[in-house]
Amino acid sequence: MSGLENVMVSLLKEDAKRDAGQYPLDVPLYHIPCERFVEAAKAMKNTGARLAAQWASDETLFRRGFGVFACYAKDSEYLIVKADLPENDPTFPSITKKFVPAYRFERQIKSLMGIEPTGHPDLRPWIKHEDWQKGVYPLRKSFDVKQPLKRIKGEYQFIKADGEGVYEIPVGPVHAGIIEPGHFRFQAVGEDIINLEEKLGYVHKGIEKRFETMSWMDGAKLAGRVSGDSTVAHSIAYCRAVEAISKTNPPERALWLRALMLERERIANHLGDLGAIANDAAFAFILYQFSRLKEHILRTNYKLFGHRFMMDKVIPGSVNVDLTSKGRDIILKELELFEKEFERLVIIYDENPSLEDRLRGTGILTSEKAKELCVVGFVARASGQNQDLRIQSPFPPYDRIIPKIRVLNSGDVHARAWVRIEEIRDSICIIREILNTLPDGNIVAGFNPPLPDRSGFAVVEGWRGETVYWVQSGPDSEINRCMVRDPSSVNWLALEEAIHGNIVPDFPLCNKSFNQSYSGNDL
Amino acid sequence: MLRILHQIFRTGIVTEPLPPEVEKGVEVIGAKLEEAIMRRFRRSLTIRQVDAGSCNGCELEIHALNNPIYNCERFGIKFTASPRFADILLVTGPVSMNMEIALKRTYNATPSPKFVIAVGDCGCNGGIFGESYASLGGISKVIPVDIVIHGCPPPPTAILKGILKLME
Repeated sequence: MSGLENVMVSLLKEDAKRDAGQYPLDVPLYHIPCERFVEAAKAMKNTGARLAAQWASDETLFRRGFGVFACYAKDSEYLIVKADLPENDPTFPSITKKFVPAYRFERQIKSLMGIEPTGHPDLRPWIKHEDWQKGVYPLRKSFDVKQPLKRIKGEYQFIKADGEGVYEIPVGPVHAGIIEPGHFRFQAVGEDIINLEEKLGYVHKGIEKRFETMSWMDGAKLAGRVSGDSTVAHSIAYCRAVEAISKTNPPERALWLRALMLERERIANHLGDLGAIANDAAFAFILYQFSRLKEHILRTNYKLFGHRFMMDKVIPGSVNVDLTSKGRDIILKELELFEKEFERLVIIYDENPSLEDRLRGTGILTSEKAKELCVVGFVARASGQNQDLRIQSPFPPYDRIIPKIRVLNSGDVHARAWVRIEEIRDSICIIREILNTLPDGNIVAGFNPPLPDRSGFAVVEGWRGETVYWVQSGPDSEINRCMVRDPSSVNWLALEEAIHGNIVPDFPLCNKSFNQSYSGNDL
Repeated sequence: MLRILHQIFRTGIVTEPLPPEVEKGVEVIGAKLEEAIMRRFRRSLTIRQVDAGSCNGCELEIHALNNPIYNCERFGIKFTASPRFADILLVTGPVSMNMEIALKRTYNATPSPKFVIAVGDCGCNGGIFGESYASLGGISKVIPVDIVIHGCPPPPTAILKGILKLME
């Protein structure tokens, strides 16, 4: 029994009942009484665990009301607790006062599933906007997807600041650049930002509900479009969750190829962001150089995998594209050239004093805050959190090819950029190792749909960080629920914290250094 | 500074040495496009991009139009921050319920004559997200569309081709 599990069982004794239908077996799910939900959260907090996700599922098809879940994580352990709620008037006690990320998770549960977190300090709608008709909860089984929604009058109440010289800047949802939509509300005095509040949900497309109308195979395509820039990470996470409950074991070669694509995705996105960060500090040279390198990587993706972002290549049980020995040579040759170019540019980046002046000390997320907000991915690693799931919860080949973890403590824009430079370097080594140890054999494993009433969990360290999926099969072995938690769902809150005390013109720079997904958050 | 100059020198103009299959595509489209833009928009075509609910895949490819390899500015194509300056709205979709009003407002803020290009399969017909309580489907469900560019996401060359098709 793992550490977290021990704590939970010794606290709740026979009140904690392990679920037999949850896979993989090293991620246990415990049913606990609703009234002990907060107590359990407190015990988890005391062990130093973080809240990775919180969600609800409608289980009325099994005639057992609703379930509310909280997933805790510490080092390499994950533990899920579930409170079973009655169908009529379901409520559960809020854990927002113990774990800050629950603040938005619970608002989302209320907005989309209609389950009230009692004691939550702020129940404004989240994702669902204030002009949606009252009483519609799209994630409930009783909700008809085809029914168009009526708009009502409603206004979102932003947090206000007043006093002499305080003014407000509304930004978005349509932003100045080629970016996804979202609304930012600044309260400022002069150039100093007093408060930033995000209002997201503009790109809510009903993805989680959409999953429930799809087959397990087609679900992988949708997972690959939750956030277009992280298509590989999302589709691997989805497939791993589905494979856990359908007892599918993809062949080793397929696993190696998945990791290859995941690392290529990491390099391409980090390159784009590093260029954009420099460009926001008026150093366009770096943007053009890095975007040139990125374009070459995307073209090689197209040549070898048939898609520039490698969409739809990861499917349950396998990957649908193999790598020839010629393809392997192409990648190795490309890496050699790329590495040389990249290192030359890193020196220029590192030696530029005006860039340093803008990036250092800007948008600081302290390590205490990072821990409190349970942030993940490169944002966590730039703020002193030793967290990389490729090391802590590895799936093959990461159990053999071990990445080097890069942790910086300053938590500023510079740290978030520099962690990514180090990660690109590391990904180059990982790709070489993947290609050197690529197993022979086929890439396809047969896939059978799971048995009814099973649930599967998976995490993948995408380029943004921990990507979480939890899938549940229904009475007819269909998708009953597919919970998606993009790293952005927790990291967006960190941007609000990091911006305090900065000036308005530095916001784009801070935002870019986080570069969180709107689509992955809004679903 | 010396390193920067060195690097610029070493890199040269990357807009030229494209892989042949792509270079051809870009150049052919580009030459015709330039002519059309010169004729109709006096050498400059200003685009306002609107994400009405996409997954960000199309945005990455629209970004790529600005990289030195596609370098769309050499044809007089420029992206603007304000719809008031725009000749074209380049819209990615599907249109989410929560973006419907913002998209209509952006359209109304764009001066006539204006054109709307729907980019990507989702912008054309809702794509994999279809039509639901949250997704209204393709862009044409909300504002008039002049041309659609298929693909998930369409590569930069396809987007350039689409702009040309509109000019003809």
